Amino acid sequence: MITKEVDLAIIGAGPAGLAAAIKAKDAGLKRVLVLERAEALGGLLHQCIHNGFGLHYFDQDLTGPEYAERFIKKLSSMNIEVALNTMVTHLHPDRSITAINSDWGEFKVLPAAVILAMGCREKTRFQLGIPGSRPAGIFTAGLAQKLVNIDGYLPGSEFVILGSGDIGMIMARRLHLEGARVKAVVEIMPYVGGLIRNEVQCLHDFEIPLLLEHTVTDIYGNDRIEGVKVAKVANGEPVNGSESSIECDCLLLSVGLIPENELSMEAGVNIYEGTGGPVVDEYLQTSVDGIFAAGNVLQVYDLVDNVTLDGEKAALSAVKHIDNKLKKQPSEVKVALGKNIKCVVPQKIVGFEGAELTLRVSQPMENAELVVGNHYKKKYRVVTPSEVIKIALNPSDLSQYFATGKLEVSCNVREKR
Amino acid sequence: MVNKRQIICIVCPLGCRMEVGLEGDRVIEVAGNQCKKGEKHAQQEVLFPGRVLTTTVKTKNPAAPLLPVRSDKPLPKGKLEESMEVMAKHTVSYPIQLGDVIVSNILNTGVNIIASRSMSKKS
Repeated sequence: MITKEVDLAIIGAGPAGLAAAIKAKDAGLKRVLVLERAEALGGLLHQCIHNGFGLHYFDQDLTGPEYAERFIKKLSSMNIEVALNTMVTHLHPDRSITAINSDWGEFKVLPAAVILAMGCREKTRFQLGIPGSRPAGIFTAGLAQKLVNIDGYLPGSEFVILGSGDIGMIMARRLHLEGARVKAVVEIMPYVGGLIRNEVQCLHDFEIPLLLEHTVTDIYGNDRIEGVKVAKVANGEPVNGSESSIECDCLLLSVGLIPENELSMEAGVNIYEGTGGPVVDEYLQTSVDGIFAAGNVLQVYDLVDNVTLDGEKAALSAVKHIDNKLKKQPSEVKVALGKNIKCVVPQKIVGFEGAELTLRVSQPMENAELVVGNHYKKKYRVVTPSEVIKIALNPSDLSQYFATGKLEVSCNVREKR
Repeated sequence: MVNKRQIICIVCPLGCRMEVGLEGDRVIEVAGNQCKKGEKHAQQEVLFPGRVLTTTVKTKNPAAPLLPVRSDKPLPKGKLEESMEVMAKHTVSYPIQLGDVIVSNILNTGVNIIASRSMSKKS
């Protein structure tokens, strides 16, 4: 069996993996190996043909393929080893990797550090537990996106879309423009799951109906889906007698993403319930020494720009780890969830070098005030769960929390005077 | 004669519901916004609503049947569907470089449709 000894192995070549590889090489690592199961670099960006990428990182409005190509070009010009069509089958607690491809057969990788960059996958019908028959014509929104944008198939002619996340709304517009009829976007919450820009430009622009506080409670059809039953929702439950039927030959699900952590768990990486991703410190190091996590495998981000920044941060941490320069204190600070905070990354702080917290609130709030420990407050006109909030903590602010071992983050509505 | 138009602001997550008063093609009043950016957006959206169009065109490449494309500037909002019909008639050869013009001056708008990725001879 081939054994490859490398400084850094990166699992996944989407935006997080690409950014990590480039940054690690720039920082002087000699042997960087990228393992990617698909046949090309770039991950999901290729099927995200819409614009809105890179507004923060490049200060330009790029499409997904344009964003990917910048990193692919850069990476290809550097001396970075890439293994495409390669499936990682095992990640062991000692960081060693077992993988397989048709060039090398089954092979082993012995890296000094690993960056997890596997991204996330979509929730399916079975994770929602929608009752009804099991006909053809039910797709996750991302799969439909691949069919329409990469393969050139329109998977139906009359659509209902369950969930108003960004992918769902963007697919509503895309299908409409390709000549399909989108009969409804159905959202269980009283507000859309995605960005307001997408509500206006994907739904309102084309008069696509949006049913807030509704959900799909039944699916009709035997061989092919023929329609869905839709009901109003109150207190999280469908309201009796509020049901109506919508005929359709396709149902798309845009109901959330789950970080893909089977390999991480095999290696013994602890998972944080709030994000579904690994528990990490401010260096993005997981609970297993030398294994780092970046991008949507860590937490599902709103913007690719954040995924790229994560990849870069994990790369710099991995380089420090290899050089034995990750400075950890003997004790750690737990980052605790206060009022109205859904999740926070990192969950612990182990050094004095400063940290960046990314968090999401649990509900939309106007006139909000974010409070971090007892040293930092920031006012926001509006916060929503669909947008990630970032807060930088200075080294000088951190030391005080090592005394108690706890730093609480909360968000409250400001009292009007 | 004052015309009223309803606009939802997309500048920030607040999503202010604004009412724009129009006299002919002149904005005389914006209400419901909570900041100056909202007022500017409302004027733009009422007078020259534009959208970047992103779609695909067919290729002669069996390994990659579609090429993602975009408009290099916003198109008038009302021209999106008509532009799609123009794009449906196109099939492109490859290789292609990112940024290559696929349709120039589509529907006489002064906007070009350009390639959103490169496609080499072998892929």
